[in-house]
Amino acid sequence: MTAAPPRPASARRPLLIDGVWKLAAAIATPVLPEDYLDFVAPLRAGADLRGRIVAKRLETADSATLTIKPGRSWRGHVPGQYIRIGIDIDGVRHWRAYSLTSVVGDGTISITTKAIPDGIVSNHLVREAQPGTLVMLDQAIGEFVLPTPLPAKILFLTAGSGITPVMGMLRNLPTGVGPDITLLHSAPTPADVMFAGELGALAAGGRIRLVTRHTDTAGMLDLATLDDEVPDWRERQVWVCGPTGLLDAAEAHWAGHGLADALHVERFRPTIIEPGEGGEITFLGSEVTIDADGATPILDAGEDAGLLLKSGCRMGICFGCVVTMRQGAVRDLRTGEITVAEPGDELPIQTCINAVAGSCDLEA
Amino acid sequence: MTLAPERTSSPARTSISPTAPHVSEPTHLEAERHTLNTRLSVGGGAEREHLPKKSGRPNPFGRLTNAEIEGIGRELDAIRAEVMDSRGARDAAYIRRVIKVQRGLEIGSRVVLLFSRNKVAWAAGTVGLSLAKILENMEIGHNVLHGQWDWMRDPKIHSTTWDWDMASPAKQWKHSHNELHHTYTNVLGRDNDLGYGLLRVDEDQEWQLFHLGQPIWHLINAMFFEYGIAAYDLELRGNLQNWNELSDKDKEVFKANLHEMLGKIRKQALKDYVLHPLVSGPSFLPTLAANFTANVVRNVWSNTVIICGHFPDGIDTFETDSIDGETRGEWYLRQMLGSGNISGSKFTHIMTGNLSHQIEHHLFPDMPSNRYAEISPKIQALMAKHDLHYVTGPVLKQAYQVYRKVCRLSLPNEEPGRSRWSVVRGELAKVVRGKGEARTKRHLPSTV
Repeated sequence: MTAAPPRPASARRPLLIDGVWKLAAAIATPVLPEDYLDFVAPLRAGADLRGRIVAKRLETADSATLTIKPGRSWRGHVPGQYIRIGIDIDGVRHWRAYSLTSVVGDGTISITTKAIPDGIVSNHLVREAQPGTLVMLDQAIGEFVLPTPLPAKILFLTAGSGITPVMGMLRNLPTGVGPDITLLHSAPTPADVMFAGELGALAAGGRIRLVTRHTDTAGMLDLATLDDEVPDWRERQVWVCGPTGLLDAAEAHWAGHGLADALHVERFRPTIIEPGEGGEITFLGSEVTIDADGATPILDAGEDAGLLLKSGCRMGICFGCVVTMRQGAVRDLRTGEITVAEPGDELPIQTCINAVAGSCDLEA
Repeated sequence: MTLAPERTSSPARTSISPTAPHVSEPTHLEAERHTLNTRLSVGGGAEREHLPKKSGRPNPFGRLTNAEIEGIGRELDAIRAEVMDSRGARDAAYIRRVIKVQRGLEIGSRVVLLFSRNKVAWAAGTVGLSLAKILENMEIGHNVLHGQWDWMRDPKIHSTTWDWDMASPAKQWKHSHNELHHTYTNVLGRDNDLGYGLLRVDEDQEWQLFHLGQPIWHLINAMFFEYGIAAYDLELRGNLQNWNELSDKDKEVFKANLHEMLGKIRKQALKDYVLHPLVSGPSFLPTLAANFTANVVRNVWSNTVIICGHFPDGIDTFETDSIDGETRGEWYLRQMLGSGNISGSKFTHIMTGNLSHQIEHHLFPDMPSNRYAEISPKIQALMAKHDLHYVTGPVLKQAYQVYRKVCRLSLPNEEPGRSRWSVVRGELAKVVRGKGEARTKRHLPSTV
């Protein structure tokens, strides 16, 4: 790029806005001007990214599509990417990642959620969430996208709600003659197939070849028999999304045939947090990992290892020892309550009354 | 001076297995192994001898057996668990509504004050801003900084991110208040809130000549309470008096805190005494006066509420060594006996930040403030069952009791064969005779 010509007018304006903003901040201190603006214009440009649920549609008995109008800070997405949504349930904010299923560029985005047993967030979204609700959003991320130009032959291998990022891709295919696409999708019964009508229409229109496997009757897909379902699978670029078992099997299968490069995998939960008793504490700041039992406060365990940690009352009342847990699980020694942070969560916890429950990574 | 929270020993807990760091040799572990804080859970502890206090008054712990105290602890743990487990959308909506009302009231009052040359606008704006500042400090700031709303996981309403409309930076206040005052509540020499290092509010606190003026100091402190708290959080008096004895690190910490605090005070003053008046144009001076008035009203009110929490008649204090090895049950008991409530309407409770439920707040500092009223009957019943005095009364009555006590304790305790005035005369004579020596000795904070 050559040097940009001087643009005095536009150079002055941000400066002016900057000045006004600084003045507003000085007037509003100790809060920020945005703390006031958030009440009246939570979706304005420059605000923390939020969205408002504008519509909800049931897809199956236990899944629903939520249409969300994102705030003006939304930077758009590439089909196949996902977003993290923060929603308040019983007063507590929960963050979860969901694939975007919407058509790009119409001003709204949509996610499709399947209610999983004991899933606080998915059940809330499917059964409780109402249009009008404000949710927190992160910008879209994810590498599970189609390249440009599109490959000539594609296999989408999906199961359950793993169809969602693929649906996002299918809805955004260019019109006209597209690539040769096979979608091999597994779901327990016909009633469990999300987007069944839309997928059927795509197949009827010749856009995709659709192979649906109803696993309650036909059994789980065995990749060893993939030749029967998709004879030319070796020639196809593959995008796979579904339960961990399917992903692991696919990775082994394609690697076993020397075709690992053709495989693109979406893993939403790279680690499953299973609370246990005692375990490993990783202090990310000091790069120290220690083993501790389930009866020792993290603070004491850390200090025993020679670390200097924030501390206070040592009985859970002063909140002077709070640090951020990146992932893991801890147990409150007073009440037995377990706090779990999924990867991507950043949960503040008190180290003086919590013991490690399995493992935890702390910013300390 | 800040005393580090002590690690207490408990024979019952020594059997816990050691932690095993990857980074150090196993032998290191044995040396470092320690016992847990006995205040972490109910149980343990042993019968102990409860010596009378220096003034001859009885030790408040002495009224109950160890088993009774731990029983109380278990009941309180159950009350806490019931409320904490039921926190939900209703509570979250409450704090968000209070914040919304406060912000609306503040911005509305500030807008009205733009026209404060008009007397009606001045009065309305000043009342509104005073109420807004009180809400902001009491029901919102104090309680958010206690972590009462951390469970919502909303970074905008969180003890680690909040700052409030007052001179003391949140971080410093959390240390002196949440940690020291709430852990060592009413322990002589360890809880600086007992008179803020300015007033003598208990017979067992040492009398100094300085206290002669405390009926006046108290009123001045009330008017400029936010700066009093700021100086108190810095431990200004103790640190300056003992400057030469401080370690280099303590000096660095003090200087950094002082710098942070002056920055905060500058921003606060710029807002209330320069920018808002300037924006008001021709109403510059009335707006300045309104903001000053609102700050003083807020200061006097918050001071009044806070002195009613620990200084009225019938509230106990505790000797320093009486809390060695203190159990969770004993800590609970100390909170109940060391705090007092304010009775009144729902409006009173909200404007006090629910510190009108000081006893409930001290038992469960991290419980959302809107829930204190509902547990109050249970706490009263529990205390009545054990013949413990649940101190409460209307705000004016409680504040009057405190002022009466401040006046009474401005004079030393009676000594055998000497009147209070003769003790004062003796001290005065000492100062006149050997000025420097007597004073430095007398002014050393009793905590050191």
